[in-house]
Amino acid sequence: MSPVTSTSLDFSDVSMVFPDGTRALDKVSLSIAPGEFVTVVGPSGCGKSTLLRIASNLETASSGTCSVDRDSIGYVFQDATLMPWRTVRRNVELIAELHGVPKDERRERAARAIDLVGLAGFEEKYPRQLSGGMRMRASLARSLVMQPKVFLFDEPFGALDEITRERLNDELMGLFRSQGFAGLFITHSIAEAVYMSTKVLVMSARPGTITASIDIPFGYPRSHDLRYEPEFGELCARVSHALRGAHS
Amino acid sequence: MSGTEQTDVSLEVIPDTNEKTRIADLAGPAVVFALFIGVWYLLSTVVLPEHKRFLLPTPHQVIKEGFFVWHTGERRGFYPILMSLWDSAKVALIGLCITIVLGMALATLMSTRRWLERATWPYLVAVQSAPILALTPLIRALIDGSMKQRLLVVVLISIFPIVSNTLFGLLSAEKSQHELFTLQGASKWTRLTKLQFPAALPNIFVGLRISAGLAVIGAVVGDFYFRQGGVVGIGAQIDVYRSRLWGAELITAIIMASVLGLVVFLFFGWLSRRVIGKWHITTRGQ
Repeated sequence: MSPVTSTSLDFSDVSMVFPDGTRALDKVSLSIAPGEFVTVVGPSGCGKSTLLRIASNLETASSGTCSVDRDSIGYVFQDATLMPWRTVRRNVELIAELHGVPKDERRERAARAIDLVGLAGFEEKYPRQLSGGMRMRASLARSLVMQPKVFLFDEPFGALDEITRERLNDELMGLFRSQGFAGLFITHSIAEAVYMSTKVLVMSARPGTITASIDIPFGYPRSHDLRYEPEFGELCARVSHALRGAHS
Repeated sequence: MSGTEQTDVSLEVIPDTNEKTRIADLAGPAVVFALFIGVWYLLSTVVLPEHKRFLLPTPHQVIKEGFFVWHTGERRGFYPILMSLWDSAKVALIGLCITIVLGMALATLMSTRRWLERATWPYLVAVQSAPILALTPLIRALIDGSMKQRLLVVVLISIFPIVSNTLFGLLSAEKSQHELFTLQGASKWTRLTKLQFPAALPNIFVGLRISAGLAVIGAVVGDFYFRQGGVVGIGAQIDVYRSRLWGAELITAIIMASVLGLVVFLFFGWLSRRVIGKWHITTRGQ
């Protein structure tokens, strides 16, 4: 039995200086508990993605510590990073395959994940036959297969149109509720951040530091119309304000 | 997710627009073929002075004397042309197999070590541009037997494209795809077989088709320089017809050598569509 901890992901005083001298992060501390969905917004190039890269061990922090169960991470990239030579089903199976999950089991898990993201019926399609939104669903399903406890999202919906994006926001929120993972989500979009999260963190430009932490009090499930509530607008304004402060 | 959204999703599928045969696809080659035959007639009946016309017989003469004469001794006729073509085809195909195995192995090694890539590259370029004619005495001195000598020529002439295209392909996988494998702690072998090699397939097929054409050229060139006893490849046959000024046989032999090249080219095009056609869009350059 692994000990039950109250945090899924914990950064403490994490700084990152790249070999060329760029200071990407400066003493960032944050922690995410199970059932929390934390979004980081910030100007381009403020080191938001670096946070995820450190959490997933793609990069090592220059100083500070980051504790997370690395065997239980789901990582969703900016682009869908599907293998064009694999069908949707075999793409979704990929991570399980790399972990040595036996064929029958990974097929079953893939079928369940494909169902969850609403891609049932498209299992035998190749990525080039899918739209951007569907590719992103496949990418989500691929990460879901191993049922990660911590999910890292690196601006996954940034390249999608507004309508597809809002729909995927709802679907991701549904997954978050049903799968019970802890989420760390990176985005440029203030509305997306407020709509989906339990907490929004605002990051300043280089070196990236967290300048504001705004709790989002709405319960789940959240409906589409929440976006037009005055409180929603107020929260967006607070985030926007904090961002502007961070920018100057 | 609800049922209504499932139907919405289906609208997002991009329809396949491949495999449309249009009239232009058939008419184009036919027009070019007619032009080719027309220019040929023009050359052999108008442009060439009368006393030189034996060098380029008209198309119907070639068909009559080259294709429809079976065997008249002295290696004239269609039968000896076919036999020598078969001999060269064997050399080309065996040589091509060696090239593919060697070339892909070398490219794989080069993809793993940058210094190896840098160290090997200049020599590959040198091999590709070295005149085989200049190497013939050396090849003859080092290797016995015309078969082995010709195979070496085939490999030397055809190896460059398969190495360069395979290497390019192996290094073409996107950074994020590599990171996906890194996140799962994949081994180098897994990365090679499940990411780099499949990603390289479109390039490998491009290299294969170029190398295959060059293998045929290599076999014909090898025939010229390395012949022995009764075994005569199409290149040697062409040389005999050339020296005796047998125009119809010469052109028949050249056409048949081209047909061999074309068949090999088409075969690899077909194979490429079979293997990667479903996921890779290659509608042009086939």
